[in-house]
Amino acid sequence: MKEMMIILVSAIFVDNFVLSKFLGICPFLGVSKKIDSAVGMSLAVIFVMLMATVVTYPIYTILLVPFGLEYLKIVAFILIIALFVQLVEIVLQRFVPPLYQSLGIYLPLITTNCAVLGVTLLNIDKEYDFLQSVVNALGGGLGFMLALILFSGVRQRLQDAEIPQFFKGMPATLIAASIVSVSFVGFNGVVEGLFQ
Amino acid sequence: MGYLKTLTNGILKENPVLVLMLGMCPSLAVTTVAKSGIGMGIATTFVLLGSNIVISLIKNLIPKAVRLPSFIVIIAGFVTMVGFLVEAYAPQLNKDLGIFLPLIVVNCIILARAEIFASQNGTVKSILDALGMGIGFTLALFLMGSVRELIGSGTWLGMTVTKELVEPMKFFVTPAGGFFTLGIIIAVVNFLTHKKPSEKNGCHGCPSADACAKVSE
Repeated sequence: MKEMMIILVSAIFVDNFVLSKFLGICPFLGVSKKIDSAVGMSLAVIFVMLMATVVTYPIYTILLVPFGLEYLKIVAFILIIALFVQLVEIVLQRFVPPLYQSLGIYLPLITTNCAVLGVTLLNIDKEYDFLQSVVNALGGGLGFMLALILFSGVRQRLQDAEIPQFFKGMPATLIAASIVSVSFVGFNGVVEGLFQ
Repeated sequence: MGYLKTLTNGILKENPVLVLMLGMCPSLAVTTVAKSGIGMGIATTFVLLGSNIVISLIKNLIPKAVRLPSFIVIIAGFVTMVGFLVEAYAPQLNKDLGIFLPLIVVNCIILARAEIFASQNGTVKSILDALGMGIGFTLALFLMGSVRELIGSGTWLGMTVTKELVEPMKFFVTPAGGFFTLGIIIAVVNFLTHKKPSEKNGCHGCPSADACAKVSE
């Protein structure tokens, strides 16, 4: 249990997927203008990250490892994620229309989100077991959500700010992201402090 | 567009990182030292070259509906090859790039060039486009890495430069320094080119730009 908490807390705060691992920067910069779209996108990402982990982990351990095909994991994982996202889109559209209307538009953005492929590959790299992988995916997704929601608040302030012409748009956004990222440095050592 | 223009397009006018704002994740993550920036750039250029050649050759055989999955599989194949090559011949680089080496698959530069250029142009032009974009990406990463390594560690390409003269500013090798450096470099590029800041947050070269814009409305 303690081990699970360590994985969860470090994935959310200490090694935040967006702000310290640089996974999923595109949606972080592209979909953080408003809080509601930030929340919608993060929920979709959390769901896909969890499910992608649940699906790819058994495929890796049951199908690829016994036959010595570990090197196929990139091709296999990205295909599974692409297929899975498509499938979720169809199932939601057919059976849960309200959910599709709120989350459906985010799904096409998720296949090429490196946080999703990243978490499945990281789980294998770190040799997590199934449960640890799921917890890591959950933490990664929650960390993504935290970063996006925090940043969308900053972005709204930024829109009204007077800044030099050539800093407008991406440069100002990146520098704001830098300041948000600095605040996460404060979580260094939290894991050691909490769980020892 | 002429052949020479196709080649130089990616290096200056449409530099993938500094102008099109594509491939931000690796640009921020692997540029704490200049050397791994170059390594990442070369690995990406190789994948870009392979995928552009193959896609421009078989573009008429791929049905429109399954275009993107097919592109992704082709790209993933080349990334696996690069992974093997780097692991065998540059084990240190393999360690430095870590997870970002397999993640070249989801680098939007490659998918964007497949979608926008290789699936609509001949093989020769696609090769030039891939080389131009690859060189542009490598140069941008090299620039990022140089700035961060010089200020953050006082070295450049592993050689000691200002380390003994002034205390290195550790901030620049932290993740926050990555965001900061890229922001400043893009601002300088905007200043030098007098580019008007784009309304759409500069995502226009990205294959997911439409979906992203729809979400942000």
